[in-house]
Amino acid sequence: MSPNQDATRVRTNMPEALIETAGLVKEYLVGEQTVAALRGVSVSIQNGEFVAVMGPSGSGKSTFMNLIGCLDSPTRGDYMLAGERISALSGDALAAIRNKRIGFVFQQFNLLPRTNALDNVELPLLYAGVPAAERHQRAKKRLVEVGLADRMRHHPAQLSGGQQQRVAIARALVNDPVLILADEPTGALDSRTSLEVMGLLQQLNRDGMTVVIVTHEHDIAAFARRNIHFRDGLVLEDHPVQKINDAEAMLAHAATPVMAA
Amino acid sequence: MDLLATLRIALRALRVNKLRSILTMLGIIIGVGAVITMIAVGGGAQARVEEQIKSLGSNLMIIIPGSTTSGGVRLGGSSAQTLTEDDAWAITREVHEVQSSAPSSRGSGQIVAGNSNWSTVIYGVTPEYLEVRDWPIVSGRGFEPQEMTGAGKVALIGQSVAKQLFGDIDPVDQQVRVRKVPFTIVGVLDKKGQSMMGTDQDDVILVPLTTARNRLFGSPQGKLRRVGVISVKVRDGQKMKDAEDRIRELMRQRHKLQQGAEDDFTIRNLTEILQAQEASSKVLTLLLAAVASVSLLVGGIGIMNIMLVSVTERTREIGLRMAVGARAGDILKQFLVEAVTLSLIGGLLGIALGLGGSLAIGQFAGWRTSLSAASVVLAVGFAAAIGIFFGFYPARKASRLLPIEALRYE
Repeated sequence: MSPNQDATRVRTNMPEALIETAGLVKEYLVGEQTVAALRGVSVSIQNGEFVAVMGPSGSGKSTFMNLIGCLDSPTRGDYMLAGERISALSGDALAAIRNKRIGFVFQQFNLLPRTNALDNVELPLLYAGVPAAERHQRAKKRLVEVGLADRMRHHPAQLSGGQQQRVAIARALVNDPVLILADEPTGALDSRTSLEVMGLLQQLNRDGMTVVIVTHEHDIAAFARRNIHFRDGLVLEDHPVQKINDAEAMLAHAATPVMAA
Repeated sequence: MDLLATLRIALRALRVNKLRSILTMLGIIIGVGAVITMIAVGGGAQARVEEQIKSLGSNLMIIIPGSTTSGGVRLGGSSAQTLTEDDAWAITREVHEVQSSAPSSRGSGQIVAGNSNWSTVIYGVTPEYLEVRDWPIVSGRGFEPQEMTGAGKVALIGQSVAKQLFGDIDPVDQQVRVRKVPFTIVGVLDKKGQSMMGTDQDDVILVPLTTARNRLFGSPQGKLRRVGVISVKVRDGQKMKDAEDRIRELMRQRHKLQQGAEDDFTIRNLTEILQAQEASSKVLTLLLAAVASVSLLVGGIGIMNIMLVSVTERTREIGLRMAVGARAGDILKQFLVEAVTLSLIGGLLGIALGLGGSLAIGQFAGWRTSLSAASVVLAVGFAAAIGIFFGFYPARKASRLLPIEALRYE
């Protein structure tokens, strides 16, 4: 995989924090009651970091993810992405941010069924208004990068879970985002393909891409360089990872395929 | 997002649920087909009436002899020969609304040409007759003045007679015998088709009025210059009713009828009768189209129904599209284009059904149908409008989904 020039440039041009949240609060109205999913979260993530957000279910980690992914708006508090104040933006402006700045990877891959890999990867470019010829060219390039040069015309149903997730990663990368957000990216994969996917994310991060993943598995979180633990809507712990797992080395070491998790 | 890409997505989505898409379209197909067929049927009826008006001659009135009372016995219409040739000339001269009036007398008889013969209607006419009836001569010539005054043995024949007697041979200058009297055919009349009563108007031979009187129909009419019918053409732009009143007044004067005495003639405003028929056939067309439109409306509701199902089924897809940058407007457009595509394809297939349907009705029911480009355009436009109207609500529902909720939807 070639070095990601765009992400590198972003990092050098913008010395300030990529993600800066201040007192982020998210409340939901459940019937008559107000339930707080986030109760004041202030986190700063720099360009080029690899962060794993952890916590049990109901800890607020998913809500945090949705907020920094511009999929939802905070009830209170401030969120700056790459120097831009997100909290006050309209729905269409948020859509544009998601389109151009953020690449999403989901647990269930969320590829369009009966649509080939190439068309799936092109999807963000379609909404960015990129002309057809350029769409094909850029999507092809990303699919080659994730090692699916020979699977471009395959439909999701004809691909393995690991291949589907790689298509999803190619889709996340195709618009040259500043941030990759992965929500339980290995949750639906066996341990060997999990290694492959984490290896891909580590590779991206080494090339300069900022990666934030949400996971509840400690050994997956260990592939990141920094872990943030959530509990009851607050940050419980925020620390660098002492011993970072190297997915490529582990793959090379695993001579025989690991049984499905 | 460009329209072409949106259209591709829509077509792909419709292909995924082929059977469902086809069933949904069926409503529109039947609706559009029904509208086109019904308009064609109504239009056919209308065209037929219009054609009759045209073949009759425009602004035409006929005057026929009325009832008479003879010794206390009332005799029916046309029982007396009360009209004269001079009545016709007086009408032309004195009623300024009238463009032309033509006296004619009618009889029937056998025509023999070579070894073929044909029984037909014989009219004794003056050159005005062709003007009043808007009836051109397609080959040959009309009657010359000296043939009119001198009871020339010349004749004009209708298309049906020409075909019966001469087939493909040119009848002009051929000799025929009408009631055993030799005549020369000098011209052939244009085709007129069926009359409003369904008789063949081309099955006719015209001879000069004087010739008919002196040589064919016998003498009783001769001296008094009686005629059977006076046909009157009213000038364009003049009211038929005014002309009718003036003619009645003049005729009563000429026939010396006392105040309060019954008319000894009847004036029939044929154009007016046909115009009433035309108006009623227009109402019929409208009614048929309205009933057919109901099925189109039901088809539209079918589209709305299926689009609502589709939005629910594809909630996760909508969530994903939003996550990768689709704006609410993009989602709206996507589902709207899908609904319109559904209704437009249905509309196009409906045109085929409508064309087939009108041909089939023409073929099997023997009804005349008339397809109009306007009805096709109208039906397709209506189909598209239905797609937009009934597609809008589901599309807006889709576009208003929240990205996270849509993504999490199971």
